[in-house]
Amino acid sequence: MKKTNKWAWFYIAPTLSILTFFLVYPTINTFYLSFFDEDSENFIGLANYLFAFTRKIMLNAFRNNLIWLVIFTTFTVSLGLILAVLLDRVRYEVVAKSIIFIPMAISFVGAGVIWKFVYAYKPAGAHQIGILNAVLIKFPNFQPIAWLVNKTTNNFALIFAGIWIWVGFCMVILSAAYKGIPNELLEAARVDGANEFQVFWRITLPVMKPTIAVVATTMVINVLKVFDIVYVMTNGAHGTEVVANRMYKEMFHFNNFGRASAIAVILLLAIIPVMIINIRRFQEQEAMR
Amino acid sequence: MKKKITKLLSRPLLHIVIVLISLVWLLPSVGLLITSFRVRNDVMSSGWWTVFQHPFEFTQYSLKNYTHVITANGMGQAFLNSLLITIPSTIIPIMIASFAAYAFARMEFPGRQVLFVIVVGLLVVPLQMTLIPILRVYNRLGLAGTFIGIWLAHTGYGLPFAVYLLRNFFGALPKDIFESAFLDGASHFTAFFRLALPLSVPALASLAIFQFLWVWNDLLVALIYLGGTERVAPLTVRLSSLINSLGQNWHLLTAAAFISMVLPLIIFFSLQRYFVRGILAGSIKG
Repeated sequence: MKKTNKWAWFYIAPTLSILTFFLVYPTINTFYLSFFDEDSENFIGLANYLFAFTRKIMLNAFRNNLIWLVIFTTFTVSLGLILAVLLDRVRYEVVAKSIIFIPMAISFVGAGVIWKFVYAYKPAGAHQIGILNAVLIKFPNFQPIAWLVNKTTNNFALIFAGIWIWVGFCMVILSAAYKGIPNELLEAARVDGANEFQVFWRITLPVMKPTIAVVATTMVINVLKVFDIVYVMTNGAHGTEVVANRMYKEMFHFNNFGRASAIAVILLLAIIPVMIINIRRFQEQEAMR
Repeated sequence: MKKKITKLLSRPLLHIVIVLISLVWLLPSVGLLITSFRVRNDVMSSGWWTVFQHPFEFTQYSLKNYTHVITANGMGQAFLNSLLITIPSTIIPIMIASFAAYAFARMEFPGRQVLFVIVVGLLVVPLQMTLIPILRVYNRLGLAGTFIGIWLAHTGYGLPFAVYLLRNFFGALPKDIFESAFLDGASHFTAFFRLALPLSVPALASLAIFQFLWVWNDLLVALIYLGGTERVAPLTVRLSSLINSLGQNWHLLTAAAFISMVLPLIIFFSLQRYFVRGILAGSIKG
């Protein structure tokens, strides 16, 4: 029964050769290139990494990724959780869920157009055609804001577009986990006199912790790699640069392959620990199903 | 009694919160859709929501923006390119992955576990790590800017996840049906085509939808390996360059954006079950 099947190699050979060429070889090569200059000719040691960790534009990108990390992750996960719990109580759950999940279907580029238009700005006195400014100028003393240019608002404006895209994803996973909590458990607590908030904090939240962790790590990985939204909406202008967009610029606009490679390596090193946690949790969940 | 009162009070609040959030999630897309049918002067001088003052005055809507972006701005060509890129980029990796997944799940050979762990481990590699070396090889081989180049690239990026998902699925199929098939003299080849694949249609459908959307909505891979040439650029690349060149021409930009979303939206509404499953399963893809 347990004898080696020679045909197996024919089944896996295409996969292994393609993966070697498209993932294994490039990963090793990029590591190597990150120690060389822009044309990959002269060895320059850690100079590219020094650039990455000291230059102002890079520090700015790291700072923005950190802002993304905190705000994007917090809001997508908590809003997803709140929606999962609230929508369970209404009869139009399916419709509301569809509405919130739709943005997952469209591209980040398309979402970029949608949100650029929401944030559209005209000077005070003109007709506002962006809905955000149009709503806000109904309040007294409000001056229209150029959301994507203004340095205090632009990062948050981009992050909100990201949240709009990803909340549906968090909601669907968390909702499945929420519906999996045995009803007797919640009812028992209610009978014992716990109010809805206590039930949420003492039972729902602890029981859902593993799922929340999976969703949160998935969002963290998204943040580390965030590119499209920024590339399309601001291309990093006015202090909105992020690491992945910077890597693209170093590669394509400045043709500095050494620096671009170093940034890619940093991204990889940041992603690996999160990804390992995530794959493990994912496997645990699969095993439970 | 007291409980009932708080319940009565909180019920409307619950509906208000949900409806409000739903509106925030829906309105931006509605604005895009409406704007794409309005003429330039209207778009520039009044908000899209003003159409609700007289929604049935059909003279204010027109398809001109669409005909303009499809012909003059190359969105028609881009749509075609997106199809030409996405369909093979969905079929090829799933075909190749299902062979490997079957071997990993059902065949005995030395190094089976180790190789599978390595394949799954490749999920951690972000795309960015691979761009420069592959682009260099592509430039040498003349594959940069060609459809074949991007099909292969998407195949490479899609494989680890596809193998992972399908192996788990094949592995979970009941053992006895395979054993009785082998007793009847079936080879692995027949077992793969007659048993494993037909029994995995739901998993294959979810995977196909995920990979299709991933490729259709991809910007970075297309940007790197195809470049911005109109002849080969897909919708995402074309649209992102229109965002720069059309600037404040919202009537055209919104129409172009909607064209890029039509197909994913149709898939979303017609195959919602597989769609959701595919997205959820694919979330760990690097």
